[in-house]
Amino acid sequence: MFKQNQGVTSSPKSRLLGFATLLGLITLFVFAFFLTDPDVRLHPTTGEEIGQFDAVRLLYLHVPMAIIGPYLAPLVGAVASVGYLIKRTPWWDVTAHAAIEVGAIFCGLVLVQGSIWGRPVWNTWWEWGDVRIMTTLILFLMLLSYLALRRVVADEHKQARRSAIVALVAAVNLPIINRSVEWWESRTLHQKSTLSELKIEDLTFFTLMMGIVVFLMLFTWLVLHRFRLGWLEKESLKQEALTAIEERRAEAATNEEETS
Amino acid sequence: MKQFMHDLLLVAKKDLRIEIRSRVIINQVVPFAILVLVLFGFALDADQKTLRTFSPGLFWIAVLLSLLLAIQRSVSLETVNDSLTGLKLAGLSPVAIFFGKSIAIFTQIVFLELLLTGGIIIFYGSVIEDPALWVVAGLVTALAVSVTGTLYGALASGLEVRETLLPILLLPVLAPVLIGATKAYSGALGETVSNGWQWTGLLSLFALIAATLGSLAYGVLVEE
Repeated sequence: MFKQNQGVTSSPKSRLLGFATLLGLITLFVFAFFLTDPDVRLHPTTGEEIGQFDAVRLLYLHVPMAIIGPYLAPLVGAVASVGYLIKRTPWWDVTAHAAIEVGAIFCGLVLVQGSIWGRPVWNTWWEWGDVRIMTTLILFLMLLSYLALRRVVADEHKQARRSAIVALVAAVNLPIINRSVEWWESRTLHQKSTLSELKIEDLTFFTLMMGIVVFLMLFTWLVLHRFRLGWLEKESLKQEALTAIEERRAEAATNEEETS
Repeated sequence: MKQFMHDLLLVAKKDLRIEIRSRVIINQVVPFAILVLVLFGFALDADQKTLRTFSPGLFWIAVLLSLLLAIQRSVSLETVNDSLTGLKLAGLSPVAIFFGKSIAIFTQIVFLELLLTGGIIIFYGSVIEDPALWVVAGLVTALAVSVTGTLYGALASGLEVRETLLPILLLPVLAPVLIGATKAYSGALGETVSNGWQWTGLLSLFALIAATLGSLAYGVLVEE
């Protein structure tokens, strides 16, 4: 277990995880950008080459990030927030903060990277009518507002309680993002889930699965470090308060001695 | 239940009485809302036809911006002299306080909607083509924004940066309401052939979820 008094955010196990994640990322990049084929198909009637071409390679990063940023991270944040509201211990609060902060980064990256992918494939940087983009954007803004609330100087418990509620409200959006392409089928350029129906195969499928595993490792590593940083921040604040109290006591004792 | 309704109406009446006496809504929020409508006209530099096409969206943006002022006002009523503690000490349940304050904001928003509808009819030349949809969508949206606003007002209350924090917290949550209400009013004002009733149904679902979550969370917030 992580030793709080070390003053660092790493441990032998987390370093091992970090190293494995780095190796995984390098392997993923090799598979995604060199070993897999571009998406090229022939039009059934005209015989013209169609598909996503090299842009499809971005999906090996986009799909794993889209699983973590708008789903897993807010879900972990919401579960930890419920944990805080029940247990009222800082562990849950720091966990929720860590997961949501890392999730916000992933969510932002999903939107940016999706936009870069959309330019050659959909011929647009941004599609206002797409429900999945809209719901993801709204969630991203909610995560940012959560982080804004965390930055406000307030009593520790007050801040934790309020943040937990914001995280839970944001989590209501999760099933809507997930189901949006089914509920508003005509209002999205996103395709329905192909992973669950296994419509993709061979090396493409393997690379995609590897991407999900590697990004899950990256998410775990980042959350672990952010959690430890958050915990150290709390400890440091506590220590500062204790030192200030000690100083006041010493000051009062000196004054008493002088007057007597 | 009788006691709950009594407490709820007591809080709502208190807030509305203060608003009527202080005239902040009439003197500040209403002119602000109309100013927003007029500014849209200046900014878009458009003829009435263009403004009429966008009137549902512009209408609801004006409502949401005015809502922020109403929420700030509602929160400040309880923070000055720490009157929220007074309400709690008087034995009022947090759920009753939550719904009481929501009803007060709901009343103000409905009043604003009526005025702003007059505004878009006069300034933008809009015409209400489906009065039933206009009334129902207006009421449901007012309910959705009131309960959400009351919850987020409590979330931001007592913090040093409340004025800047509240819009950041509240507006992303209300973004789906803006979309739904705009679609519903597009149908009601005959600007597009949209299924306004279906959007109103979605707004009702949002209002229901927000009211449930809000009533549960408000107790946690006011226990401080």
